Amino acid sequence: MTVAANPVRYPSTRHRALSWSTPLTYALALAVAGVSITPIVYVIIGGFRTTPQIVADPAGLPDPWVWDNYVRVLAHSHFWRQTFNSAVIALGTTFLVVVLGMAAAFVLARYTFRGREALYTFFTLGLLFPAGAAILPLYLLLRNLSLINSYYAVILPQVAFSLPLTVVILRPFLSAIPGELEDAAAIDGAGRIGFLWRIALPLSRPALVTVGVLAFVASWNAFLLPLLVLGDVDLHTLPLGVQSFSNQYSTDTAGILAFTSLAMLPALLFFTLAEKQIVGGLQGAIKG
Amino acid sequence: MTSASRIRDPIGDASAPPMGRRPDGRGSARRAETRRKWYEIVVLTTPALVLYVMFVLVPMGFAVYYSLYRWRGVGPPTDFVGIRNYVLAFQDPIFLDALRNNAIIVVGSLLIQGPLALGIALLLNRRFRGRAAFRLLVFVPYVLAEVTVGIMWKLLLTDDGTVNALLRSLGMGGLVQAWLADIHVVIWTLLFVLTWKYVGFAIILLLAGLSNVPPELTEAAAIDGASWWQTQRHVTLPLLGPTIRIWMFLSMIGSLQVFDMIWVTSVPSMRSLGASATMATYMVDNGFFARLWGFGNAVAVILFVISFVAALLFQRFLLRRDIRGATTERVN
Repeated sequence: MTVAANPVRYPSTRHRALSWSTPLTYALALAVAGVSITPIVYVIIGGFRTTPQIVADPAGLPDPWVWDNYVRVLAHSHFWRQTFNSAVIALGTTFLVVVLGMAAAFVLARYTFRGREALYTFFTLGLLFPAGAAILPLYLLLRNLSLINSYYAVILPQVAFSLPLTVVILRPFLSAIPGELEDAAAIDGAGRIGFLWRIALPLSRPALVTVGVLAFVASWNAFLLPLLVLGDVDLHTLPLGVQSFSNQYSTDTAGILAFTSLAMLPALLFFTLAEKQIVGGLQGAIKG
Repeated sequence: MTSASRIRDPIGDASAPPMGRRPDGRGSARRAETRRKWYEIVVLTTPALVLYVMFVLVPMGFAVYYSLYRWRGVGPPTDFVGIRNYVLAFQDPIFLDALRNNAIIVVGSLLIQGPLALGIALLLNRRFRGRAAFRLLVFVPYVLAEVTVGIMWKLLLTDDGTVNALLRSLGMGGLVQAWLADIHVVIWTLLFVLTWKYVGFAIILLLAGLSNVPPELTEAAAIDGASWWQTQRHVTLPLLGPTIRIWMFLSMIGSLQVFDMIWVTSVPSMRSLGASATMATYMVDNGFFARLWGFGNAVAVILFVISFVAALLFQRFLLRRDIRGATTERVN
């Protein structure tokens, strides 16, 4: 990273390599970005057309532009309710993942005790347990706990399944904090908890944000678990809402386009804000 | 600074000689300190541990238990059938279709996304104006929910949808298909949509990996007269090994679990014909919606065992080196 960030090294070779291939680079970059984004742009614009327009000419532009679909979705559907549910569940999940993951990773990183490595291995074992495979017994468990049709039914399992990765990401980060800082904290009269609260927590902010963003995105996009445990329509999250809207109003193509676009919007906004963290987090995960 | 006795060993090891304390030290203070340390350990780890055991490990244990019964989900399971649910699954042609579809998605994802992303990443691994915007745009499909993206493509790929209309207007009417409703085509359509959604993830991962390759190496190769291709082949690619293998691992595990995309794009009859079913959709269709809980849990165990074995084999043969390398010889 630090090396790559220095642009003025070996200018001559750089130049030679760049001269012939720069237009190619741009063409390729444009093509790839275009393929990624065109269907999404099409759907957003499609929301400004009417269903008859779309039927008459599926690939055309809005003529005239109509706001009605978007207004209709925002005013009459469960869109706001579902956005609220998604937000509660995603924020709850993120909060618990960060707090519980930080506490466990702190112990695994900064305490020496018998069985520490065994406990760490026990946590990392969770990386091998695919959430999808456990969904049926998970449903039965939640049913026995009378948690079906509650936010907890989504939040608690999501937190549990995020914890292994969280611990794996946070532990090396916390281990890397120099022991001198802990000594200094001790001299200042802070115990280990004081060290956790006043030094480790602020220092780990980048790692915590990464972990939080990953948990938030995963929760915001989750479908299978909410599908099974949230039968109550009032508790539906956005992914469930998109699906049921598209089934319920299957002939209202323009309406579905508008609803789908609106459902993308929060994710797009959040992603634009958190992009550096997501990419940085992935990078960190690769480097181990 | 309160008193010398507040100072403790930085790594908290109670058996190490306490600093700043006379060797004849007070044993009870040390015991109190040990007790306190264990108290902190228990308080800090228990919530995470309880959730993890309860919602990750226990359900898998119960899946194995339920899978041995014929059980409709009412009352405790009593009708013990041994491994019959497993035998039935492997005798069901739809389940075998689901296995085949999963295999197509795993292999197809690796063979299409890998080389595609690698080529794009290598060609784009230079600073150019708008690179940040490019990364943002390519990453968008990955960040959107699979359900949202699935519904989007479903609209684009219906019989009278945009894709077919576009093909007709371009004079390629011969290519018009019932993309999501033709039993011979649907799985390939889904493979295409999954590729569209996830290739950006591979590109970003590889670009991140490339940013860790020291430019001195490629430049030294260039000075030695190596062509661009030779440099990529002999210098850059080997250094990308760990990134490629981690991507392969994530892609493989994700492909084995794929559910959302299939569930929302293909009509239920496509799934029940086996044309677009995967292990996960088969499991939910049978276990949850048809309420064949014993059978569904057997499918869950099969899905788990396949993912687990694939993960272990991959780790054993390909990843272990990387993990060891990552901890001992990090470049930066």
